[in-house]
Amino acid sequence: MSDLFELYQQVILDHNKKPRNFHKMENPSKKSEGFNPLCGDRLTVYVQMEGDKVRDVSFEGSGCAISKASASMMTESIKGKSRAEIEMLFKRVHQMLTAPPDESVDVKDLGKLAAFSGVREFPVRVKCATLAWHTLNSALQDRHEPITTE
Amino acid sequence: MNMDPTLENETLTAPAPDGPLDIEKIRMDFPALHQKIYGKPLVYLDNAATTQKPSWVLNVIQTYYVCSNANVHRGLHFLSERATHTYEYARSKAQRFLNAADSAEIIFVRGTTEAINLVAHSYGRTFLKPGDEIILTAIEHHSNIVPWQLAAEASGAKIRVIPVNDKGELILEEYERILSERTKVVAVGHVSNALGTINPVHRIIEMAHRFGAVTLVDGAQAAPHMDVDVQELNCDFYAFSGHKLYGPTGIGILYGKRELLEKMPPYQGGGEMIREVGFDRTTYADLPHKFEAGTPHIAGSVALGAAIDYVKHLGLGKIAAYEHALLHEATEKVSEISGLRIVGTASEKSAILSFVMEGVHPHDIGTIVDREGIAIRVGHHCAQPAMKRFGLPATARASFSFYNTPEEIDRLVAGLRKVKEVFAL
Repeated sequence: MSDLFELYQQVILDHNKKPRNFHKMENPSKKSEGFNPLCGDRLTVYVQMEGDKVRDVSFEGSGCAISKASASMMTESIKGKSRAEIEMLFKRVHQMLTAPPDESVDVKDLGKLAAFSGVREFPVRVKCATLAWHTLNSALQDRHEPITTE
Repeated sequence: MNMDPTLENETLTAPAPDGPLDIEKIRMDFPALHQKIYGKPLVYLDNAATTQKPSWVLNVIQTYYVCSNANVHRGLHFLSERATHTYEYARSKAQRFLNAADSAEIIFVRGTTEAINLVAHSYGRTFLKPGDEIILTAIEHHSNIVPWQLAAEASGAKIRVIPVNDKGELILEEYERILSERTKVVAVGHVSNALGTINPVHRIIEMAHRFGAVTLVDGAQAAPHMDVDVQELNCDFYAFSGHKLYGPTGIGILYGKRELLEKMPPYQGGGEMIREVGFDRTTYADLPHKFEAGTPHIAGSVALGAAIDYVKHLGLGKIAAYEHALLHEATEKVSEISGLRIVGTASEKSAILSFVMEGVHPHDIGTIVDREGIAIRVGHHCAQPAMKRFGLPATARASFSFYNTPEEIDRLVAGLRKVKEVFAL
């Protein structure tokens, strides 16, 4: 039971209910679509670059609480960061999501994103949490094919 | 162990005693139901995806491999003859189960999907011409859509769709309107896996035949839950899967009317389906073997025969009545949960309950009830056009079997209340 409350932490429920930066962006410098065919989650990530840095980011789409909150919190945590910093951050998030449950993970520096540490107890939900990140990655790399988690 | 090569079992071939089904006794036949999931007794409500298997079926698989294993239709030795006999005997069980006129009209396939692909490929690509039309419904499973799209692409035929109303019932006036001399195939699900709607297939077939169209019924969700009589329905093709009928995966049945199967070319080539092979010319085996290339899934066929014995022993009429009562009770109980909406409210429904909850994505419902030991399906149910019709990306679906109990419905309701608790709703 505690696993469930660990997964659906207050901050995740809050971002699910009131997702931040949840809108379409006019004239983004980069944009990518992500799709999870298994559950039908679908989102679009829009990015406005300034030099090598993300000046603004937003998303829209539909999905479960984990994918929506993950997208919302991702947008909050990457504004002003460079591609290299974002890549590093995604690596840390991915490690946290996929670490074996009995292994301790270092979540300091992850800020609010540490709320997703409960996901690793639910392996089928890891894709929900990473969908926004993969989609962002594809936007930053200017890949134009929609990405899927399958 | 039963050494009888026909794998008959008199306790199963005799009808069950009069009176209602003894559910507690029936549950003892299904070892998989007696497991704990996250420390809680399993509540298995994903029967539309696949059903659990009775020991009787599992034992028949074991017995087949221990006592009768050999290849069929080619050996002269004792075991090969025995294997051939058990395989063909299973075919005759399927024939009687569907009340087909002739066992040559029963083709063993991998499942409903392969059955539909066989017809769409062999019949569709041979007989469909540019300008011809294939009629499907808005609530078909992908397996009764995509094979027809492939056939349409190959032949130049067009796909038309019968729409549904807000309850998930087919709008027959619209069907009447799109039916024409151009209609060559009408392919329709007997029961919708996403909504539970029982379609009026008898009437649909009759209307199609007025225009000379060939009809296929996807019976995957119907054959395990109600009496099916293909002669009475007068359908041209009927398909169902063994694993949804308490049998193993990888085996299913295609019924086809003899005169249609006779004129259709083979679907796959290989051993078993030939009469004589030469590099200049090959002649094909008679029905049903023309459509069964290669060594078939003999053990699966025999086990499907055993599964048919099992459900016939319980009685399809009793099964349908009991499952309907479960659906009624579940519908009433979950309707009391505020913010929950049932999707698919047709007046004729099979025991499938699709629903959404305000403020919670179906995926989250699935995860939370799973931790309570409750197995339901969440997602688009391989029926994305049906989901789109209702403006939903997904639903949660509880689907019932005769081995489910009213107590399990209470567990489901408690699980859904937990969802609200976790989501602070």
